Amino acid sequence: MRSKVTVDANEAAAFVAYRVSECISIYPITPSSPMGESSDEWSARGVKNIYGTVPLVMEMQSEAGASGTVHGMLQGGALSTTFTASQGLLLMIPNMYKIAGELTPTVFHVTARTVATHALSIFGDHSDVMACRQCGWGLIASNSVQESHDFALIASAASLETRVPFLHFFDGFRTSHEVSKIEQLNEDDMRAMIDDNLVSEHRVRALSPDAPVIRGTAQNPDVFFQAREACNSYYDKAADIVQESMEQFAKITGREYNLFDYVGAEDAENVIVLMGSGAETAHETVDALCAAGVKVGMLKVRLYRPFSMKHFVAALPKTVKRIAVLDRTKEPGAGGEPLYLDVVTACNEMLGEGALKAMPQIIAGRYGLSSKEFTPAMVKSVYDNLAQSKPKNHFTVGIEDDVTMTSLTFDPAYSTENEKVTRALFYGLGSDGTVGANKNSIKIIGEETDNFAQGYFVYDSKKAGSVTCSHLRFGPKPIRSTYLISRANFVACHQFSFLEKFNVLKCADEGATFLLNSPFGADEVWDQLPRILQEQIISKKLKFWVIDAVNVAQNAGMGGRINTVMQTCFFAISGVLPKDEAIAKIKEAIKKTYGKRGDAIVNMNYAAVDSALANLHEVKIPAAVTSTIELAPPVPAYSPEFVKNITAPMIAGEGDDMPVSKMPVDGTYPTGTTKYEKRNIAITIPVWDPDVCIQCGKCVLVCPHAAIRGNVYAPSLLSDAPETFKSTPAKWPNMKDKVFTLQVAPEDCTGCELCVQVCPAKNKSEVGRKAINMELQRPLREAEVKNWDFFLKLPRVDRTQIAHSRVKDVQLLEPLFEFSGACAGCGETPYVKLVTQLFGDRMVIGNATGCSSIYGGNLPTTPYTKNADGRGPAWNNSLFEDTAEFTLGIRLAIDKQNEYALELVQRLSGKLGDELVAAVRNADQNTEAGIAEQRERVAAIKAKLQGDDSPDARVLLDLADKLVRKSVWAIGGDGWAYDIGYGGLDHVLASGKNVNILVLDTEVYSNTGGQMSKATPRAAVAKFAAGGKQAPKKDLAMLAMSYGNVYVGRVAFGANDAHAIKTFLEAEAYSGPSLILAYAHCIAHGFSLQNGLTQQQLAVQAGHWPLIRYNPELLKEGKNPMQLDSKEPSIPFKDYAYNETRYKMLARSNPQAAELLLKEAQEDAQKRWMHYENLANMSFGDEASN
Amino acid sequence: MIDQTTQYLGMKLKNPLVASASPLSEKLENIRKMEDAGFSAVVMHSLFEEQIEIESHDLNMAMTEGAESFAESLDYFPQLGEYKVGPDSYLELIRQATEAVDIPVIGSINGATPGGWVKFAKMIEQAGADAVELNIYHIATNPKQTAQEVEQIYVDLVGEVKKNISIPLAVKIGPYFSAMANMAGKLDKAGADALVLFNRFYQPDLDLESLEVVPDLILSSPHRLRVRLRWVAILYGQLQCNMALTGGVHSSEDVLKAIMAGADVTMMTSAILKNGIGHIENVRSGLLRWMEEKEYESFNQMRGSMSQKAVANPQAFERANYLKVLSSYKPVV
Repeated sequence: MRSKVTVDANEAAAFVAYRVSECISIYPITPSSPMGESSDEWSARGVKNIYGTVPLVMEMQSEAGASGTVHGMLQGGALSTTFTASQGLLLMIPNMYKIAGELTPTVFHVTARTVATHALSIFGDHSDVMACRQCGWGLIASNSVQESHDFALIASAASLETRVPFLHFFDGFRTSHEVSKIEQLNEDDMRAMIDDNLVSEHRVRALSPDAPVIRGTAQNPDVFFQAREACNSYYDKAADIVQESMEQFAKITGREYNLFDYVGAEDAENVIVLMGSGAETAHETVDALCAAGVKVGMLKVRLYRPFSMKHFVAALPKTVKRIAVLDRTKEPGAGGEPLYLDVVTACNEMLGEGALKAMPQIIAGRYGLSSKEFTPAMVKSVYDNLAQSKPKNHFTVGIEDDVTMTSLTFDPAYSTENEKVTRALFYGLGSDGTVGANKNSIKIIGEETDNFAQGYFVYDSKKAGSVTCSHLRFGPKPIRSTYLISRANFVACHQFSFLEKFNVLKCADEGATFLLNSPFGADEVWDQLPRILQEQIISKKLKFWVIDAVNVAQNAGMGGRINTVMQTCFFAISGVLPKDEAIAKIKEAIKKTYGKRGDAIVNMNYAAVDSALANLHEVKIPAAVTSTIELAPPVPAYSPEFVKNITAPMIAGEGDDMPVSKMPVDGTYPTGTTKYEKRNIAITIPVWDPDVCIQCGKCVLVCPHAAIRGNVYAPSLLSDAPETFKSTPAKWPNMKDKVFTLQVAPEDCTGCELCVQVCPAKNKSEVGRKAINMELQRPLREAEVKNWDFFLKLPRVDRTQIAHSRVKDVQLLEPLFEFSGACAGCGETPYVKLVTQLFGDRMVIGNATGCSSIYGGNLPTTPYTKNADGRGPAWNNSLFEDTAEFTLGIRLAIDKQNEYALELVQRLSGKLGDELVAAVRNADQNTEAGIAEQRERVAAIKAKLQGDDSPDARVLLDLADKLVRKSVWAIGGDGWAYDIGYGGLDHVLASGKNVNILVLDTEVYSNTGGQMSKATPRAAVAKFAAGGKQAPKKDLAMLAMSYGNVYVGRVAFGANDAHAIKTFLEAEAYSGPSLILAYAHCIAHGFSLQNGLTQQQLAVQAGHWPLIRYNPELLKEGKNPMQLDSKEPSIPFKDYAYNETRYKMLARSNPQAAELLLKEAQEDAQKRWMHYENLANMSFGDEASN
Repeated sequence: MIDQTTQYLGMKLKNPLVASASPLSEKLENIRKMEDAGFSAVVMHSLFEEQIEIESHDLNMAMTEGAESFAESLDYFPQLGEYKVGPDSYLELIRQATEAVDIPVIGSINGATPGGWVKFAKMIEQAGADAVELNIYHIATNPKQTAQEVEQIYVDLVGEVKKNISIPLAVKIGPYFSAMANMAGKLDKAGADALVLFNRFYQPDLDLESLEVVPDLILSSPHRLRVRLRWVAILYGQLQCNMALTGGVHSSEDVLKAIMAGADVTMMTSAILKNGIGHIENVRSGLLRWMEEKEYESFNQMRGSMSQKAVANPQAFERANYLKVLSSYKPVV
């Protein structure tokens, strides 16, 4: 008996992989991380494999480490696996060669993902998998969630028998994250497929001192070649063995697969060949075309390596004349993409052998890069192209290539959607729980009815105020539609504010139902709709329902989480289940989802369900459009041309329609574009009270989004100020004649409240109010937008006239990092903003992949920006693992070019004048004033050389800006610095070069969802450490200090902001390598980020995060370089830790373990403190001799 | 041989010294120590319904905050098998305590909702507790709510819990009733098997540096005994139920006063928080020494001997007492 479950492919594949393995090595990378997470959770819970033992799960420092460990596990004789994608898979390649060369059975499960080129993409295509096709591994493709489950087992069985390792892949996100109803294999199925004798043979081959052998020898030209050919017979048999495994699987489960599966007319002449999730869409399209009498076919490639030519041609219809091979990858400069070349080779060879009677015409096409939509309309366009007398070859489909004209045109209106399938679209916010409720709905429909069900979810590129779109299909037949819903018969908009931002009814089909969460009732909502919505409601004859879900949810105690309210309405309107039954099932799902969190949460959700339907009302549709409300433009009218033409369509959700000609050819984009994307996501914003304010600058410093700023300026400038613009006399001794304004960017603020939390100034008559207080944004928006615009036009304070070491003065330095997509209340971005305030106008950043590269560089808009002189940080993200090295490379280039420029200045002294040359060469650039003076000298050089055509002059004009001191920064998270990038980081620290390294230490891999890093403290729970981290946090500061010539700082701006500033200044001023470890509170810590600053204070007070500065410059003065800047621990570690879910959840799940780990963590803090204290108290140099 | 036993909540206790609800009873090890040191019963720390709800909401918030928002991080924590949220760990401790010690274990609840009180009382009963103590706080801040309505809330609550459990029920209240004696009678009639007089509110303080209202818990001092002695003395003989005196009991003298005023048992927290659980041994030996010196045979013999009914001047517990105290101060010249 097998159960039907509704899961995504990550869970489906991991379910099998875990159960047929003994040892599992893991490392997080999107979109494969959930497979490792599930394995770790199952192992922590004691779930056994099919052999009755709990697999060992080990997180490594990188994918290279994970594959190396698997190699070792296999050589140790264990059944082993790992999970990865993209660059992670590329890091495994060296070991993959070894594993295959040693004929070792294993399966790596891969969510196929784009490899970073001109840009990073987390989405799906086959560029990573194709980069491994030469390693000697079997490559087996799953096209659906069910197949990912089935092929995980088939690949495991086949690998043991063939001794060829297998890479089992399915499309990232489209399959890995699609929720679908599948039949789950049971233990008997798995035992029946895995031959114990083969397992035994694998174990016997293990390295053992009881039967010693040697592998991994070094071979010479005499035998290497022959030895390499010795494996041929294994590969020759492999395809047949996989086919047999598939046949055995069919006997057990009834589900039939072949190496190549043909679908379509038996006498088709035009055939498409492809693999992956797109094959399901092609299958659906072929069914529709054949039903319409069009004789076409398609071939699904299941086993791509070894590529069995005989099976391939045998699977083709005898009538085939034309083949279009679709590759989901791009190989610039190649004669064609990989699958195409294999098909050409196969047909050619089989023709020669007589297995194929005539050579078909074979053309190549690319589709679906980075999860680009691949729809039936596109499939049809491929057939239309094939039917041409001269079909376009090496085409693309799904985009408009108006440069090299590769693209096929397609009719977006063509649809193969089955009318018996319900297609529902839900627009929501991440924070309102829409996706979670829809996942529950799909489970209910999939597991409680006979329907097949599919859920796919599209997320935002921003972490704060993110919009989600859920695509749900269900119907009586299997669903092969691996594309987004474009004709929905149910559309729900869970946030009224979306109506003014985008056309939520764009995909509504005629006669569809529209459900809207609206603060306006059924009688008044019509007048509040934009014109475009009214038009569609009337023209498409929509049924329209409203509910004030916010009110219902708030009354139930759920705040803004309207998910269960809207879910109840969906079931009530859609009629997929009888109403009472639906409500009972929703409640069951609530109990299952929230039961572990306590009765209060369950009851709250029940209350929301119970009161939902009474508040659901149908709207009577007027006959005519009456609205004059238009959708808000994506960017303001004053935006630059690039933003209007390139950025705005992306913001508006029209990026898919942008042609190739609009795209930068090398991934280069202008900076400073977030300011044009007015997101208006804050419900409340801070409002300044000048009478209470002490102008300390703390609010400006802590703001994660640079949305609150201070400025000092001449009062005369206020003559043009908007009516509500506020100012007050400036409290600076040297600027007493000026006025001060603290201004909020109302449309850019996220409403995180950190500014209010840090504000030390309280109203003397009402202490509950401070110098800034949160108030509703909507009524303030219009006036504050004018105030903000006016504020930005005010001249900024001269950087050379203020003290950069004072918090109060730093607020007057312009941030060159603003309005990022980071979480509201982010603990990282205040540091990034600070570093741009201090050094941004001469700064180059190499950024490690992670949160800081996503909020720093994810399109459509990016936050690094420029000052009025056009200067600002230049930024690039190389890889996750190489950031320190990458940044060192930038440093070396700048240093060399500075040296060369100085040489040229000397060579050109005759033209430049000795005085200028000497001034340039001897410039002291250790102060802002010194840098400003050098810039003036550079300007003078450029002026003098203008029009000079001599080679030296021309080169110097190119390089002159390098004469101004540059600040080079490597920025990244702890996953990079402590784990995957540590080797490179260590080398850069040892290099002695002037690279500043900023580690934003959230103590987990935040961007991929909170997996353990070596920065994770003992006793904290994280993914991959579900049982609590057992080892102490790595002390990266101590490791760096051991070199003696590295500046090391450990800061926490929430605990001591002045210390943080001082550390940044010293680190940057130090001419060698510097390392700043910055405590960053994070959503992955599990507490309200409003309290982030308090937690930083407590981390320091508990001794978890001692503030230090290790300045090698002090050694020159005969002083101890180690300065301990925080006080002795004054609170127990528990008082800090147990405010955070990451620690507390272990106390709830395993109190005994939690108590023990907490005790050890307390000891860690004490030991660290004592160690630092001893170092700080040591006498050095003159001190020692005194 | 002095008879140290006493009856409380239908149970025969080996002495009238009960450990009252405190953080000490959060650990099984401490409960064992309490028995070894000579306590005759232990009231567990209170199960705060509001706290449970807050913890549930906190956990829920942490598990949902930022989840299902961003494609790379659809959640931030592993899905652990079971979480002990709600009363689970409290009930588990009661189970362990009742197995670990021979003295009665009394569960304590501070509820927030009418349903919550009853639900948790039943759970505590099912966990094996020998009795339940309701620790009722109600700060009547709503100016529209009358004293009568407040009293009715107490009475209804006690009646509802009593209806739903079969183990004895103690009710711990504060002294701030307009008609304390009448209120005690109502609670007695509503089903209380004992009144525990009195609980203490956390009294907030104002921090002049931070301009914040700060919670402040000061351990009870012996002078807090007075108000309790007065009401135990007044109520003695007027109620069917037992009376426990809690708050301000630090020494053997305090215990003797409480018994003589009419208490069936005395409860102690601050003294053992301050001096350690072993402090009770000093109290016990002090009691015995005093009783031997004064030739008392049992606590029953002295119980209520200085209650309002038993003293020569019953008005001493009324207004005269107040006047006398005031008159004891000499005017400053």
